[in-house]
Amino acid sequence: MATTREQVEEKVDTGQLDEGAKHRSLWGDVWRQFRRHKGAVGGLVLLTVIVLGSYLGPLIWPPDPFGIHVPDANMTPSLEHPMGTDNLGRDVMARVMVGGRISISVGITAMLIGVIIGTAVGILAGFFRRLDGILMRGTDLFLALPILPLLLVIIMLFRDTLRDAFGPELGIFLLVVFIIGITSWMQTARIVRGEVLSIKEQEFVLAANSIGTRKRNVVFRHVFPNVLSPVMVAAALGVAIAIITESALSFLGLGFPSDFPTWGRLLFDAQGYINLTPMRVIWPGLLISLTVISVNFIGDGLRDALDPKLRSQ
Amino acid sequence: MVRYIFRRTLIAIPTLIAISFVIFAILDLAPGDPTSQLPLTIPQDVREKVREALGFNDPFLVQWLKWMRQMFINEPLNLIEQMFNISIGDSENRARIISWSSKAPVVDTIIERIPQTLWVLGLGFIFGIMIAIPVGVISAYKQYSIFDNVGTFVSMVGYSVPTFFTGLLAIVVFSVWLGWFPSLYDTTHVVDFTDWDSIVFQIKQMIMPVAVISLFNAAALSRFTRSSMLDNLNEDYVRTARSKGLRENRVLMGHVLRNSLIPVVTLIALQIPGVFAGAIITEQIFRINGLGALLITSIQAADVPMVMTLTFIFAALVVLFNLVADVTYGLLDPRIRYD
Repeated sequence: MATTREQVEEKVDTGQLDEGAKHRSLWGDVWRQFRRHKGAVGGLVLLTVIVLGSYLGPLIWPPDPFGIHVPDANMTPSLEHPMGTDNLGRDVMARVMVGGRISISVGITAMLIGVIIGTAVGILAGFFRRLDGILMRGTDLFLALPILPLLLVIIMLFRDTLRDAFGPELGIFLLVVFIIGITSWMQTARIVRGEVLSIKEQEFVLAANSIGTRKRNVVFRHVFPNVLSPVMVAAALGVAIAIITESALSFLGLGFPSDFPTWGRLLFDAQGYINLTPMRVIWPGLLISLTVISVNFIGDGLRDALDPKLRSQ
Repeated sequence: MVRYIFRRTLIAIPTLIAISFVIFAILDLAPGDPTSQLPLTIPQDVREKVREALGFNDPFLVQWLKWMRQMFINEPLNLIEQMFNISIGDSENRARIISWSSKAPVVDTIIERIPQTLWVLGLGFIFGIMIAIPVGVISAYKQYSIFDNVGTFVSMVGYSVPTFFTGLLAIVVFSVWLGWFPSLYDTTHVVDFTDWDSIVFQIKQMIMPVAVISLFNAAALSRFTRSSMLDNLNEDYVRTARSKGLRENRVLMGHVLRNSLIPVVTLIALQIPGVFAGAIITEQIFRINGLGALLITSIQAADVPMVMTLTFIFAALVVLFNLVADVTYGLLDPRIRYD
């Protein structure tokens, strides 16, 4: 670890010494600062391992996650089944891999919905004074809604309708992703609005306006790139929040079904067998926790790396 | 200041009405029916009468207004009557919010469940604060020391790991493997303070849920306390206090801590509604028979009046503690002027 850090610092130093000799891009600088944050690098490595394990794992780990084989039920970890088997004799490791794929895709998709809505609301509210009042009142109203109880109620109400419309798997996926997305945009909207309000008053926006740039271009080419950093941090943390929310819903039995499991659902199913096969509870919970921890560390690292005041040190 | 509080309270009222409308509109789509839990032998015309009596056939707006009246006028009057043992007006015929599944007044059931939730969650929350503030203060004062590094890492982990995993992990380790504590919380256990065993049993069954909740709350709060302390430690007034010869202890406790706690107190107020929402999950892990468990069972039974009232109470808590947070911030920080 120490050598890489020295090498990084050396590169930074030489880069500063012969200025202009080597082109330094903004994102290169961000990456250089990001690599100095030990926790963030550790988080990135861990997250990569988890994601690769979930998506590529089934290639080297052949057992069928859905193949019911009752004689092998409730086995404790062994060489043949490193994480044991569940009450229907399915291999837990294979199921954890499938669960990881679904959990991660739910996290990313829900985060994208939340961040897109949040950024749009934030930019509109910050840039157009007429929309500001009504949009921010709406944000406050959403913030005051009791999210978890409402999510439970909404899932209960629309689960069957959406299952009929899109099939059992896609239906519940769309429902969960959509409701997590539309209930998690408020913080992003507030941060972006604050940033836009201060950027709007800066000279380069005045310059852009005075040479007659169209409003649309001012927003997309001048304001938007400057709010990217808080949006990226919000996006990283949004994935963690979405994964936790989805797991909580599934843990309460109101999320994904057992034949289309997420980590939260695996935890819910394992809960009833906690005396018989206690390790079955540990695996999915551990993976949820490790994913969230690494995403949070990455978020921390990004926040530092994207802060120009820290970067110039 | 008084004017500010008054104004904020006035704004809170339409917010609450809007929230109750949103929740009611969502629930109106529910496929629930007040007679679905009744035995199949009951004939259709009786069912129709039950529906009529519970106001199920009224138009949406009428149902909402009726609920509003029961929630904001009838139920508070009832509470006052029970508390002071008096009767105000026609208390016999006053309509109450009736649960579809138990046919009992919703508010009575909720009041029955509050103590369990408050005991476990309240203790967890208070212990969380008691751990978080000293840890945050020492971490900030000895920044980058071993204590700080370990503390920051532990709080990051505690903040990231969801309670439904720490709870199950605690059950696996302390109930299944070690057998120290019971894995289920027995709500029917009545603590008899003259009987030592009874007290020990209650403490034993409370340790795990309280520990899980306090760890989770302490994690977020200690991170916040640390950064708030760090902000204040570099202020000019700290240098002034030191240079006029104050003892370090006084500087830290009298000046820095007092100023750093202002945002921390606000955060504590803002966290309280979240603690109640967290009850939904914690109570599910340890099978505590509190408000969260009540919400889950009534959602599964499609008991619309119960879900409506509980969800509204959760929302009201959010609005109330937002107000409390803003007001305490103004009271504690003389630099804030509201006029």
